[in-house]
Amino acid sequence: MAVQTLDDITRLTRRQVAWRTAHDIEDGWYVNLGIGMPTMCSNYLPEDREIVLQSENGVLGVGPNPPEGEEDPDLVNASKQLITLLKGGSYVSHVDSFTMIRGGHLDLALLGAFEVSEAGDLANWTTNDPKFPPGVGGAMDLAVGAKRIWVLTEHCTRQGEPKLVKACTYPLTAAGVVKRVYTDLAVLELGDDGVVVLEMVPGLTLETLQAVTGPELRLADDWRELVAPEVG
Amino acid sequence: MAINKIVETMEAAVAGIGDGATVLISGFGNAGSPTALCHALLDQGARDLVVVANNAGTGREGLAALMDAGRVRRIVCSYPRSGGSVVFEELYLADKLELELVPQGILSERMRAAAAGLGAIYSPVGVGTQLAEGKEEREIDGKRYVLEKPLKGDLALVEANLADRWGNLTYAKSARNFGPVMAMAADVTVAQARTIVGLGEIDPEIVVTPGIFVDRVVHVPTNAGGA
Repeated sequence: MAVQTLDDITRLTRRQVAWRTAHDIEDGWYVNLGIGMPTMCSNYLPEDREIVLQSENGVLGVGPNPPEGEEDPDLVNASKQLITLLKGGSYVSHVDSFTMIRGGHLDLALLGAFEVSEAGDLANWTTNDPKFPPGVGGAMDLAVGAKRIWVLTEHCTRQGEPKLVKACTYPLTAAGVVKRVYTDLAVLELGDDGVVVLEMVPGLTLETLQAVTGPELRLADDWRELVAPEVG
Repeated sequence: MAINKIVETMEAAVAGIGDGATVLISGFGNAGSPTALCHALLDQGARDLVVVANNAGTGREGLAALMDAGRVRRIVCSYPRSGGSVVFEELYLADKLELELVPQGILSERMRAAAAGLGAIYSPVGVGTQLAEGKEEREIDGKRYVLEKPLKGDLALVEANLADRWGNLTYAKSARNFGPVMAMAADVTVAQARTIVGLGEIDPEIVVTPGIFVDRVVHVPTNAGGA
C-alpha cells in the first residue's frame, strides 16, 4: 500500500474550521473572537445557545453585520469592521473592557497563531521581520486573562512546516496558555499528558498527521472524525 | 463666578500646548478619533510631541496629519500598523519615529494608574515576552508579574457626544473607547463634542466623564472620524 500523503486528504476550509470551533462554544459563555478565522465563528454559533461576544474596544453583546444603509461608524469591532449590538448588549470604556479580559471574566478567547508549542506557548504577534513594524493589540492581555484559550489555525505554514511545534521560534505572546487547537486537519488538546488528537479529518492517519506536527501525538481513545458541512 | 469650559474656537481649545508635550489621543481606528482637535494642534504648531494612542493613524487626516508634518517624535501605542496606516509606516521604516509598543489593555491601565494617583501596577501581561524585557519582575502568591509605570498626559484630546459647560461628557456607542480614561489621565483635557447642551440636560445617571476631568469643550458637530 502506498504511503499516505496530505495530497490524498480533503482539508477543512477556513470557514469549516470556524464552524467546527463554534459548535464547541457552550451556552451562556462570554467569548472574545480574535482577528481572522476566530471572527468567522460569529457566523456559525448554534442558534439554540445564547453566547455573548465581547469586542475589546468596548462592546459586550456584539451582533451581526449591519444591513446595508444601517451602518454606524460609531459601532465597530476590534477589527474596525462595522457591527450591530444585540438586545441586552452594552458599551463600556476601554479600561472596563480589559477588566473583563484580564480579570478572568471571559469564558473563552479564540485566537490565531503563528506557532503553538506542546506546552501551550502561543506566538501570534510578531515575526520580528524588520520590514513589518510590530503590533501587539490585545493579544497578550487576552492570552493571560481569559479562562480558556483556543487557537484556530491552518495545521501547516504555506511552506508546509508544522505550526504546532515542540518549542516556539517566534517571540511569545504568552507561555503555557493554549488548551485546544482547531486546524484544517485535526482538533487537538494540549494538557499534562501531552498533545492528544480528539478529531481528524476522514481518511487521515495518525502517522500522516504526525509527519506535519512537531510534538508527539497520542490518539484519544474516543477520537472521532472531524467533519463540517459545506458552509458559506 | 460661573464655570464655563466651553471655548468658541479651535485655537482656544489647544492654546498653550508646549513643544515636547505628551498628548493622549482617543479613538479606536476612526471611532472616537478627535480629528478636528488634531488639526487644531497641527495649526497651533507644537512639535517634538509624544503621542499616546491605540493606533498610529490612518490616511493623512487627524493624528496621521500631525505625524506627516513631523510634529511627533515618539508614539506609544498597541497596534500601529493597520489598514491605511501609510504615514506611520513611511516614518517608522525611515527611522523618523520612535515606537513604544504596549499591550492594549496595559496602555489604558497605565493611564488609569496615572489618573488614580498610583505609583505603578503589577501586571501579568507580557511576562516572559519581548515586551517585558527590562521591566522589574516580581512573584506574588506564586504568579509572575511585571511592573508597569503610570502613563500621564500633559494634554488629552477626546471625542465626545454630548457636553455641557461644566465639561460633563457622554460618548457615542463604541466611540467611547479610550475617551474616559484619557480624560482622567492628563493635566489638560480637551473634548470636541458633537452637541453642546444646557447644564442639567444630561441625565446624571448617564454622565460617563464628569466635568472634574475636563478643562475645555469645543463644539465640533461631525460624526465619527470627522466624516
